[in-house]
Amino acid sequence: MAVQKLPIAKAINESLRKAMETDPKVLIMGEDVGKLGGVFRVTDGLFKDFGEDRVIDTPLAESGIVGTAIGLALRGYRPVVEIQFDGFVFPAYDQIVTQLAKMHARALGKIKLPVVVRIPYGGGIGAVEHHSESPEALFAHVAGLKVVSPSNASDAYWMMQQAIQSDDPVIFFEPKRRYWDKGEVDTESIPGPLHKARTVREGSDLTLVAYGPMVKVCLEAAAAAQEEGKSIEVVDLRSMSPIDFDAVQASVERTRRLVVVHEAPVFYGAGAEIAARITERCFYHLEAPVLRVGGYHAPYPPARLEEEYLPGLDRVLDAVDRSLAY
Amino acid sequence: MTVESTAARKPRRSSKRTAGAGARKTAAEPELVQLLTPEGERVEHPDYDVDLSPEELRGLYRDMVLTRRFDAEATALQRQGELGLWASLLGQEAAQIGSGRALRDDDYVFPTYREHGVAWCRGVDPTNLLGMFRGVNHGGWDPNTNNFHLYTIVIGSQTLHATGYAMGIAKDGADSAVVAYFGDGASSQGDVAEAFTFSAVYNAPVVFFCQNNQWAISEPTEKQMRVPLYQRAQGFGFPGVRVDGNDVLACLAVTRSALERARRGEGPTLVEAFTYRMGAHTTSDDPTKYRADEEREAWEAKDPILRLRSYLEKAGHADAAFFEELETESETLGKRVREAVRAMPDPEPMAIFENIYADGHALVDEERAQFAAYQASFSDGEGN
Repeated sequence: MAVQKLPIAKAINESLRKAMETDPKVLIMGEDVGKLGGVFRVTDGLFKDFGEDRVIDTPLAESGIVGTAIGLALRGYRPVVEIQFDGFVFPAYDQIVTQLAKMHARALGKIKLPVVVRIPYGGGIGAVEHHSESPEALFAHVAGLKVVSPSNASDAYWMMQQAIQSDDPVIFFEPKRRYWDKGEVDTESIPGPLHKARTVREGSDLTLVAYGPMVKVCLEAAAAAQEEGKSIEVVDLRSMSPIDFDAVQASVERTRRLVVVHEAPVFYGAGAEIAARITERCFYHLEAPVLRVGGYHAPYPPARLEEEYLPGLDRVLDAVDRSLAY
Repeated sequence: MTVESTAARKPRRSSKRTAGAGARKTAAEPELVQLLTPEGERVEHPDYDVDLSPEELRGLYRDMVLTRRFDAEATALQRQGELGLWASLLGQEAAQIGSGRALRDDDYVFPTYREHGVAWCRGVDPTNLLGMFRGVNHGGWDPNTNNFHLYTIVIGSQTLHATGYAMGIAKDGADSAVVAYFGDGASSQGDVAEAFTFSAVYNAPVVFFCQNNQWAISEPTEKQMRVPLYQRAQGFGFPGVRVDGNDVLACLAVTRSALERARRGEGPTLVEAFTYRMGAHTTSDDPTKYRADEEREAWEAKDPILRLRSYLEKAGHADAAFFEELETESETLGKRVREAVRAMPDPEPMAIFENIYADGHALVDEERAQFAAYQASFSDGEGN
């Protein structure tokens, strides 16, 4: 059965299983990824079927996980490592930035680092501190890394396949609050290249660009705006490094207005980069400045405040209105 | 698994301790494994021995002399402006040659940026090491040619890569092993502690070879540790041993033993090679600001090359012709290195955009094209 309806977490699980069946060099590493199947059960059942040699419960040390994954990659393995939560990646940040990202260049291309770092990210699950962050810009800023985030089950399945097949290190941000959202997955038909954006709703008055968990919010905003007679296009970026600026440009040249939405703080965020690039590329097409909706320059707040902090339907529509008012 | 510290056992004839006036005061140091005294006398140790032919002994001597000559040439090249920086290994030749010559071809080495002697043992052309110090690349050699990884500058990071690589060896069912080099300063890094944990938990075939050269730039070992480093291994569940790092025979014997242990599937070993950084941290450093001359002078009496020469001569294993030939070979090496560095071209500007990604990246392509167009804008159209 090629087409199944799967939640995102299960789609990633199926993708990991497929990769492990296809390539004996693919390994799973991380805290609690074995018998437990990960705290979000993304690796559920893999330990049972592939054994502890390929599904490795690691010591509780993120730098050690990524550092040893680099060594395993140098030995010819393709490790897929799980960082348990976004806010816990920072002990590994040194290994990711100074080693994983740069070793291929340091060797003048003579070695490759096919390591995937999976990070469940973002808020909306009522968690304690360090469990709701969106640090993607901190990785997209680093040459040598590729950074992607699926927004739906089909992309979750296929982008994971493509990330594992990539000979470059890929930071794979998983929208944790969407883990249980179901969607159709066709496991026999590749939807497209890993780093291409996709227009998920067509419109003519304004373009919303988002990725990961915010795509759903933007689609809801577009549907609400439709009721007010506004035609909103939604582009799912899918890849934050590289960014498919051509796709965004093509959309904005038609709609002439752009709002970028992400959970991460807007300050120095992906939206800033997109705004700058699109302003440069589409200067004479724009009817309004590129606007951004995202997190504030504040620590991610306690759970009782996260609905205020996170960009929701109303804040996206507010930005849409402000853009259309120019 | 038995966990033991062999360094605490006394050699049959203990070495004479030289502590020069004005040297740092240290508590009584534990005994270390020694097979050749600073005076060049061969001594026995209950746990470690090597049985080397005169030819092999001369080989170790040659390795150390040529490594020191290469190192001196690199320092001179920095002074002449040909290199931006050099990290000298002066004084650490025995630790590096002894451990380096314990390796099999299929073993793998993860060095710091000072392992020029180990690189020599692995067959890495010395001139390959100089590109990064000249500023024409960040390393650039193929680690798999000689199973010698790129120099790692971030302190301690490579110990985790070594551990992961060793985990891979174990998964492959191979009987090769890995040596992770690091220093006394690195022993304070979390990555080194994590490497100890991972290697112990997975029983990885890795030897942690710490050259304790007493100084992390300006900070003495007292600023890094309160117990002798090798003892730390016990807490992680594997053996630690302190070896005389200026004794090439002891370094060879101890490393060989640790590698054999790893090959047998008995897991990691920590080797602390007790040595001394005779020179500055790098050519940018000024040790006169933080350490006494007397300390260095005391260590000069333990020089790794002089003690082996003394032994070779006393034992009749090398004649004057050998030393003369080696002198000639040294000068030939120095000349070859000098000429190779001076002839090393600057990379083309477009090299900035090369090898960033294995599978390419749209932004790199865009910026490469922009940079090429910018460069071309200075051309007058006649190929200038």
